[in-house]
Amino acid sequence: MNHFEKILNNCKQATLLIGKKQIKNLSFREAITLRIHLAGCSMCKLYNKQSHVINTMVHQLFHDSMQSSAPKLDDDFKKELQERIEEGLNKN
Amino acid sequence: MATENHLLDPRHWVKAHADYLYAYTLSRINNEEQAKDLVQETFLAALEKADGFEGKSSERTWLTAILKNKIVDVYRKKSSGLGNTAEKKAEDEQQDFFDAYTGHWNDAYKPLPFGMEDHDPFVSKEFNQILQKCLQKLPGLWMSVFMMKHMDDAATEFICNELKVSQANFWVIIHRAKLNLRACLQKNWI
Repeated sequence: MNHFEKILNNCKQATLLIGKKQIKNLSFREAITLRIHLAGCSMCKLYNKQSHVINTMVHQLFHDSMQSSAPKLDDDFKKELQERIEEGLNKN
Repeated sequence: MATENHLLDPRHWVKAHADYLYAYTLSRINNEEQAKDLVQETFLAALEKADGFEGKSSERTWLTAILKNKIVDVYRKKSSGLGNTAEKKAEDEQQDFFDAYTGHWNDAYKPLPFGMEDHDPFVSKEFNQILQKCLQKLPGLWMSVFMMKHMDDAATEFICNELKVSQANFWVIIHRAKLNLRACLQKNWI
């Protein structure tokens, strides 16, 4: 295998670079390697897309949980919490 | 208790912030009992630290920072000790993902379309549930690194320090976590 074929075949490396790229800038060499690979590999192109979708969904998961439909504490527990806080305050 | 623009009012914490802090925790640690405990611990720790509150951030931001530290503690515990066997197992499974010699996708594991790459809002709720299950299935350390990075957008150096992983290992873990998540989604969604 020549160098070029090695890059084209190495999906393991390409998927690592895809993950890295979504977090920080790749080095010049890494960026070229990934670009060459993606130009010839439809599977990793799909992986790239899905990886982005997953990141978006994880973010969304967090933001959804902060909206009005978010899970709430039950009143009993809140009452207990309130009492614990009052207790703590009175101690001081 | 504080100066400048922000003041602490512990008697209103439960009313003003408890649900927020609970939801915040639950999205990171999918365990209701543990989440409740963490909210309680946060309030109690905050009471003790109240004298140190300088009023530079809002009450909620300040409380959230205390909670965040507690969540990192939980991650840290999850990622040490028992977790190691889970990582080993997950690593072994990933050996099959790629050809050992070339690094090419093996047929059985190659990515298939989810049918929602272009982000269909209709399917996202169900998809979210599967995503959450898949996140919880990740080995402790992988989940911790992944969540801190992608949910909190924490700095890489901070994560490496807190969880005691090297930079090189950080990228390996981010890679492995994503490979596993994607494979889990493919298996359970399509």
